[in-house]
Amino acid sequence: MLRLPPFTYLAPRTVDDAAKALASHGGAAMLVAGGTDLYPNMKRRQFEPSVLVGLLAIRELRGVRGGAREGVTLGSCTTLSAVAVHPEIAAHYPALATAAGLVSSPQLRNMGTIGGNVCVDTRCNYYNQSYEWRKAVGFCMKRDGAICLVAPRSPRCWAVSSSDTAPVLWSLGARVRLRSAAGERTIPVETLFRDDGIEYLAKRPDEILTDILLPPADGWRSAYLKLRRRGSFDFPVLGVAVAVQMEGDVVRDARIVVGAVASQPRPAPAAAAALVGGRLTSELIARVAELAAGPAKPLDNTDFTHPYRKKMTRVFVARALASLAGLAPAGEPAAEVA
Amino acid sequence: MKARLSLTVNGETHDVLVPVHKTLLEVLREDLGLTGTKHGCELGECGTCTVLVDEVPVLSCLALPADLADAAITTVEGMAEGGRLHPLQQAFAELGAAQCGYCTPGILLTAQALLADRPSPTRQEIKEALAGNLCRCTGYTKILDAVELAALRVGVPR
Repeated sequence: MLRLPPFTYLAPRTVDDAAKALASHGGAAMLVAGGTDLYPNMKRRQFEPSVLVGLLAIRELRGVRGGAREGVTLGSCTTLSAVAVHPEIAAHYPALATAAGLVSSPQLRNMGTIGGNVCVDTRCNYYNQSYEWRKAVGFCMKRDGAICLVAPRSPRCWAVSSSDTAPVLWSLGARVRLRSAAGERTIPVETLFRDDGIEYLAKRPDEILTDILLPPADGWRSAYLKLRRRGSFDFPVLGVAVAVQMEGDVVRDARIVVGAVASQPRPAPAAAAALVGGRLTSELIARVAELAAGPAKPLDNTDFTHPYRKKMTRVFVARALASLAGLAPAGEPAAEVA
Repeated sequence: MKARLSLTVNGETHDVLVPVHKTLLEVLREDLGLTGTKHGCELGECGTCTVLVDEVPVLSCLALPADLADAAITTVEGMAEGGRLHPLQQAFAELGAAQCGYCTPGILLTAQALLADRPSPTRQEIKEALAGNLCRCTGYTKILDAVELAALRVGVPR
């Protein structure tokens, strides 16, 4: 048996109590909701917190409120399964329902939460391994070691942002509410992430992500495409989120955000700007896809080769935009395998 | 840290005193003697340890009993009733939908939850429902056939 290290478990019933518990234990405590990301990491001894503050007993963190007209608020402990099938989200924020429904496997989505997926630990071929494996290769700086085994001369960790929902929420202009014993703040989701494989969240350790706020749908259309080796289980090795706001057949505004190509979701503002004022023709889509692949700089530290993942960024942006334009896909199978 | 917990498994309530860091999988197998639930990867990557919590398939290797005090847990031992196999078990046995059998308990329970939700699923719906259960013998075709057969026997078309 691969067992968890011992810890004290607290199961508060309110956010206030959870925030107090977190504050009173300082750095010794960690938050856990569905546990689908943290527990495997704890079993591999990547985290050994002496206290866990569980969020599953807090009712106020569950459920979806509001509607497309005024905006939707998702409690952070709403399961990914619930997000994937929620009628308002599926109808008006389809990329989010798609992304939530593509996370790992059905069982895992029944346990894992939307807040947990936004905050999911960064991943790397040298990190997501057993303790013995990591010891045998000499450990990396993300845990127990001093150097990055992907780029040994680099001062930083290059572990990869592996959330399906984070790039989508960024492309939808979502905000997140963070609460602590000291107060609360609501910030744009893009400022929640940092370009560092170890310190990948700007959330303070004493803060709890309580809500995800989607703006009014307001004519925005969205799509998400995910690249992975198998049709289930696998984390994204590329995730493309596109959102466009149309005025007639002209693009009024657009956002493109690419996941799993860096330590945080990577926006492609130049590509999105090239869409504005144009019609979604196959010529414009091809030009925009080329621009969008520019900021994507995958390294050789996930599944598939990094040149292939870079190439597929262009292909997936084109496909995602074509689907929003109602154009037929360009004759290639949806599930691309190297 | 040990906790005194009351767990409802297959309709029976069990009072256990267990370390809180023991997973549901460990408590089922080691403290309740219910070894029908198998341990595979223990990292959420195989589905072999699947049990039902309030009729929903979850991974017992990543669930803490401390979170499940009010839940109804179903393991493979709870599928047969009064000595009669569940229609899924019967169909799996008749069609040989098990090779080594290690993934079978998790697949049976996942399929049971599917049929409770959708009595007459399409082949594609069965595949999607079972997308979180790996069979390393790769005997998927007979597994899908067996779920279809059980659905035909149980489900009255509506």
